[in-house]
Amino acid sequence: MAEKTKDLLFGPIFDNNPIALQILGICSALAVTSNLSTTVTMCIALTMVTAFSNFFVSTVRNVIPSSIRIIVQMTIIASLVIVVDQFLKAYAYSISKQLSVFVGLIITNCIVMGRAEAFAMKNAPVPSFMDGIGNGLGYSVLLLTLGFVRELFGAGSLFGMQVLPSTADGGWYQTNGLLLLPPSAFFLIGCFIWAVRTWKPEQVEKDEFKMKPHTRVSDAF
Amino acid sequence: MAGNKESVAKTLTVAFLVCLVCAVVVSTAAVTLRPVQQKNQTLDRRVNILQAAGLYQPGMDVEAAFKTIERRFVDLDTGEYVDKPDSYDQLKASKDPQQSEALSGEEDIASIKRQADVAEVFLARDDNGDLSRIILPVRGYGLWSTLYGFMALEPDAKTIAGLGFYQHGETPGLGGEVDNPKWKALWEGKKIYDEDGDVAIQVIKGTVDSNTPNADNKVDGLAGATLTSKGVSHLVRFWVGEKGFGPYLERMRNGEADNGSNAGDTGGEA
Repeated sequence: MAEKTKDLLFGPIFDNNPIALQILGICSALAVTSNLSTTVTMCIALTMVTAFSNFFVSTVRNVIPSSIRIIVQMTIIASLVIVVDQFLKAYAYSISKQLSVFVGLIITNCIVMGRAEAFAMKNAPVPSFMDGIGNGLGYSVLLLTLGFVRELFGAGSLFGMQVLPSTADGGWYQTNGLLLLPPSAFFLIGCFIWAVRTWKPEQVEKDEFKMKPHTRVSDAF
Repeated sequence: MAGNKESVAKTLTVAFLVCLVCAVVVSTAAVTLRPVQQKNQTLDRRVNILQAAGLYQPGMDVEAAFKTIERRFVDLDTGEYVDKPDSYDQLKASKDPQQSEALSGEEDIASIKRQADVAEVFLARDDNGDLSRIILPVRGYGLWSTLYGFMALEPDAKTIAGLGFYQHGETPGLGGEVDNPKWKALWEGKKIYDEDGDVAIQVIKGTVDSNTPNADNKVDGLAGATLTSKGVSHLVRFWVGEKGFGPYLERMRNGEADNGSNAGDTGGEA
């Protein structure tokens, strides 16, 4: 049992990372990682929502008619997201202003929905909760990596504190503006996936088709 | 149990119960947290006003500092002070056809579509009770988003003392540099009008050479953010112009508008 909980919690970090292996939740990974403080808030918010939505969906899984199961999951997830959003507005106002619409968009984050449908509908509440935390951690590891690289090299700062003095402020570091734009997160996620798959080659998918060996060109007649 | 859980009655019951529970949870959270959220919003707005006026230091007591700032309402057509309840919301009013007017394409250089009839202004006073700053709410379209902010003027109603935005969605690192303290500092001391009294303030492309004529009317553009710079230029010109605070500022310059604070009408809610 203890072994299983450990699997649920830490498996999704590298072995089954929701972003790097399942390729879910890319949208918010691009949008909120241009600085670390919003990234951390987003990670906590998403982990909370995934864990509790898994827990509640799993609690009622035996009474949900299959014809409306997706909409029931959505309702539970949406309610949790609104509660999280209200809390952020009350206790972390400036960060909630920066995150703006992306907290609301946790509702459409594929990780939350994916875990509710794939795991919580088939498992008991406590393991489901653990699975939610685990996937939240997997998401957080990748987001924090992105946030760290993007803020450090894009703005020369970490958590808003200047680490590399930028040329705009009279320092020596020429900031890389591309890193502050969403597309840079694609490149970084690609590099992350590359690194993880080099380390754990079993994650590399089998080729869906094989290329024929090169054929010799010859005359038609 | 599994047998009848797919029946219509069961489906409706489950749907209803889920909605009921979720509605209760969501509304409880919204209602209980509202006072804290409103306090945050008020505080945030006040910080922004103080920042625009150059009166803000991190860690200061915002409530106390705000006591020296008076909120007044101005009829934008005539430039005269009018009375409005404390709860008056200029942004809401600008969407209400009863309290606002639509702007034609030519007038609407800031792309705000509708202008409220009555706007708020904030008057900061020094220790002697003399006017030290006129703070005007401004907004306008940049590249991706409407920029909301405050512009502070010196008591002469001609010289800019500060400009800051509290809400925008411009590209971080490019247009987002409107938040850069170095760029904001460039606005300080710039003159709104040229010698003929026409609105001349503008953001130019590149850096202002101090030897060019009217260097006082020009502010450096943001590198790599031509459209955001243009937007800021337009919104500043709009708000000091005829459809903005133009008439009010003219009265200020003629000494007709500032008459100290009316007794019994001090320190409105921001």
